[in-house]
Amino acid sequence: MFKPSHFAAVVLFALFASVVFGITQRETPRRMLHYGIYCFVLFVGSAIVLSWLMFLIAR
Amino acid sequence: MTGVRRCSCPDSGERRNSSHLKLTGRFHLIAMEPMAAPVRYSQVAMGTPENKIAAAAPSQQGFVYLPLIAGWLIPGAGHFLLHKWKRGALLSVSIIGMFALGLAMQGRIYSGAHDILDLLGLVGDLGNGLLFLVARAMDLGTEQVQITTADYGTRFVVVAGLLNVIAAVDAHNLRTGRKQ
Repeated sequence: MFKPSHFAAVVLFALFASVVFGITQRETPRRMLHYGIYCFVLFVGSAIVLSWLMFLIAR
Repeated sequence: MTGVRRCSCPDSGERRNSSHLKLTGRFHLIAMEPMAAPVRYSQVAMGTPENKIAAAAPSQQGFVYLPLIAGWLIPGAGHFLLHKWKRGALLSVSIIGMFALGLAMQGRIYSGAHDILDLLGLVGDLGNGLLFLVARAMDLGTEQVQITTADYGTRFVVVAGLLNVIAAVDAHNLRTGRKQ
């Protein structure tokens, strides 16, 4: 059984989803790479920001 | 003294197709130059509807929906059919990897629709195509495990199916020439 931490699960999710988004939503390889990185940063960044927000709200 | 020089009249800038000459003294001479040939812009590679139709023409042979169906059944197969090897490999690794990780996290595979959330989960799982059928046949993901990673695993499986649908539609767009 695979038991990743919460953050590892977020990173894995963001990685796979960003690869698919990059390939399917852009036409040239360069733009695919840029869009994939952009999506990855947004996925992980938004997860970190929301996590801190929930942490602060819960305190 | 006679001579010819460039006119510095303020309106000379407006006369782009003529050379406005000025003789020394009070006389102006406007010498007309032959009109330049009109520039014809090539529409090759432009996204005009005609070119899109022309670009799509060679790919209209055969069954147009084959990459869509193949891509849905086997992740990345639609791109492989269109000889997009790298894209197909990346899509295949990503979607199958996400599905496998979901199962490894003891994620659940929806088997029936008892309520609206189950129905949505089943629709997402069905996007995995043959992966879903094989997992169902092997009784994978049938037990409900009440741990956090199992919940993540369930989401991984559903999202893998949705991503596979996006990839299959992308293969269809490549096939029809809507995307290059």
